[in-house]
Amino acid sequence: MSSDIALHDPFEEPARQQVAVSFGMWSFLATECLFFAGIFLFYANARWHGGEAFLNGAGESAFWFGTANTAILMTGSMAMAIAERAAKADIVRLTRWMLWAMLALGLLFLAVKGVEYRKDLHEHLFPGPDFKLDSGPAEQFWAFYWAVTAVHAVHLTIGLAATARLLWMDRHVSLHRHHSTVMASALYLHFVDIVWIALYPLLYLAGRQ
Amino acid sequence: MSEGIAARDLTRPDYLQYGTTVRSWLTTTDHKRIGILYAVAITFFFFLGAAAMALVRADLVTPSADLITNDQYNRAFTLHGIIMVWFFLVPSIPTTLGNFLLPMMLGTKDLAFPRLNLLSWYLFIGGGLLTLFALLAGGVDTGWTFYTPFSTLYSNSHVLLAALGVFVVGFSSIATGVNFIASTHLLRAKGLTWMRLPLFVWAMYTTSLVMVLATPVLSMSLLLVVAERAFGLPIFDPRSGGDPLLFQHLFWFYSHPAVYIMVLPAFGVVSEIITCEARRRIFGYQFMVYAMVVIAVIGFMVWGHHMFVSGQSAFASMVFSFLSFVIAVPSAIKVFNWTGTLYRGQVRFSASMLYALGFVGLFTLGGLTGLFLASVPLDVHLTDTYFVVAHFHYIMVGGSVSAFFGGLHFWWPKITGRMYSERLAQFAAVSMFFGFNFTFFPQFVMGYMGMPRRYHVYPPEFQPWHVMSSVGAVVLGFAYLWPIFYLGWSLVKGEKAPDNPHGSTSLEWQTTSPPPRENFDRLPVVDAGPYKYHPWHSTPDEVEQSHRPQLP
Repeated sequence: MSSDIALHDPFEEPARQQVAVSFGMWSFLATECLFFAGIFLFYANARWHGGEAFLNGAGESAFWFGTANTAILMTGSMAMAIAERAAKADIVRLTRWMLWAMLALGLLFLAVKGVEYRKDLHEHLFPGPDFKLDSGPAEQFWAFYWAVTAVHAVHLTIGLAATARLLWMDRHVSLHRHHSTVMASALYLHFVDIVWIALYPLLYLAGRQ
Repeated sequence: MSEGIAARDLTRPDYLQYGTTVRSWLTTTDHKRIGILYAVAITFFFFLGAAAMALVRADLVTPSADLITNDQYNRAFTLHGIIMVWFFLVPSIPTTLGNFLLPMMLGTKDLAFPRLNLLSWYLFIGGGLLTLFALLAGGVDTGWTFYTPFSTLYSNSHVLLAALGVFVVGFSSIATGVNFIASTHLLRAKGLTWMRLPLFVWAMYTTSLVMVLATPVLSMSLLLVVAERAFGLPIFDPRSGGDPLLFQHLFWFYSHPAVYIMVLPAFGVVSEIITCEARRRIFGYQFMVYAMVVIAVIGFMVWGHHMFVSGQSAFASMVFSFLSFVIAVPSAIKVFNWTGTLYRGQVRFSASMLYALGFVGLFTLGGLTGLFLASVPLDVHLTDTYFVVAHFHYIMVGGSVSAFFGGLHFWWPKITGRMYSERLAQFAAVSMFFGFNFTFFPQFVMGYMGMPRRYHVYPPEFQPWHVMSSVGAVVLGFAYLWPIFYLGWSLVKGEKAPDNPHGSTSLEWQTTSPPPRENFDRLPVVDAGPYKYHPWHSTPDEVEQSHRPQLP
């Protein structure tokens, strides 16, 4: 299986190199978990102390935008999973199509997010002097909303850049020979999706009956 | 310990001759060259941070403010803290000696991800430039801790730029950490099992774990500060129910483990030096390993001792106090084991050994005063006084910087292929020990007497202690500058170094000095543990003298 893998410098055996790439990515994802843990701690603290007012703030989020985006991102995630398997099995066309699907769905997610941001701004949901609700815990919810969705969008953009890079590589080399790169990009994107799965109930389901 | 030395082709270029243009250096993926790039960068930041402190210490000679204004004073000590912590101490040993030595000690050609390694250097430089820009634009006055709400709502200085600089440099740490962890897991030479790893490798490994798991929390807390300051999101703002204590928790969740990022590598360096220069197997190898692992783990559970007077619950304070006492145990094990290693050793008082012995003493003093601060009632008295300042300088400067200089001297022949003047270096090591104590011991005394830290103007009864401290800083400054001359001289006129001038048994000494691009001609195979300075069950004085003659 691993005899036709492109070998990079410090490694002597292809199998070990493949393990190293996924191991490195998992270590990096451990970092990412703790990165997001910080802002989730802020949410937990604010919700614990904010009580009803915090949930009233949460009730203002755009449920349908969030739900649509969840569906879009999960479909993209599935495409990426298929792309990774297809690259491993050396099915070139399927890999290519699925990577394009991931890229398109990711961009669609960002577009929907942009429209949702515009709606939120129209409704004065950005904390500040003309904030729609009372200042206090509701503002804390919206501080979390803006901070965390922006951070998530940056992560997704990086993931899409990695997908675009795979498509660019695909024009010159066989992704099958660089399967570990595909796997690392897929792992990263799945992490971004899992963060969204955690965010969906916190942002869009909290504060609804 | 290894094979692959006999068939060496002596005409092959070493890593320094592998390309000599600036471009060849800036695009290199050779771990050894990246180590040197880092060394150049952190040396610059070290002297920048030191210059800021020179200004502060000069101003503190008199009780009144006569050299700089209050505002400039705040900016100077903040600059010192930010530069020294994130741009010198955290990267110091891992990115220079660690980058250079880890693959060699593992018996491999390079780190697992050579391009990521180069990227980490560029991230470091990028973060450094942002912070330098903040400095040139007028500086930051929050202290290195960026405490809210001052940093988010009130400070009129360039907090955003500095916070972004530290944010970026955090990713350089993370990249290094991921690289070291993957390399240690996957690139060990044949036969190099975990319990045969040199302690320096264990130190790098445990440090990397802390880097990978703690740094992101700092990144997030700085990002939240940026979000609040730049976009007005009320995250820590008490007026909308935000909690400034949350920032302190997040900040110290990184910044206490960061102390172990600074001192675990020092443990590794000192263990290598002491065992070689005493010609003695390390005492209690497994205990040394597990002590480092335990320190790395418990280091994550003690952050609350920075917040005894911040209004956290009494119960939390008791738990954090207890855990802070617990972490003294593995630290003490290490000190006892270094001492045990010296016992019946054939101690050679070379410059690197003097630095290492200095480390053991200063680290012990720093550690014991840490117990004072771990105790809640004493800490209430000592919080925010010079006692705290002296305590962490004993660990971070007396400890880590001594170890860094010790390691720099110890591996200098391997890195540069040149010998330096041992006598001049011994003088530097002794001056550093003397100057350090001269600077910081008075701070214990005046701190205990009640001199608060970060004060610009102080009551005249503290003046003698401040004068002592400032004079000591002059000696310390000399001890830092002096090596530039004789090490610089060694680069130009130094005698060529033999492959293994210290007679070490470690893998990195089993190749040429300086090493070839690929480190080894054939990948080594390891069949025993490290530090075979004498047979088991015999002490060195029963075996043949194994010292080489001391060089001048």
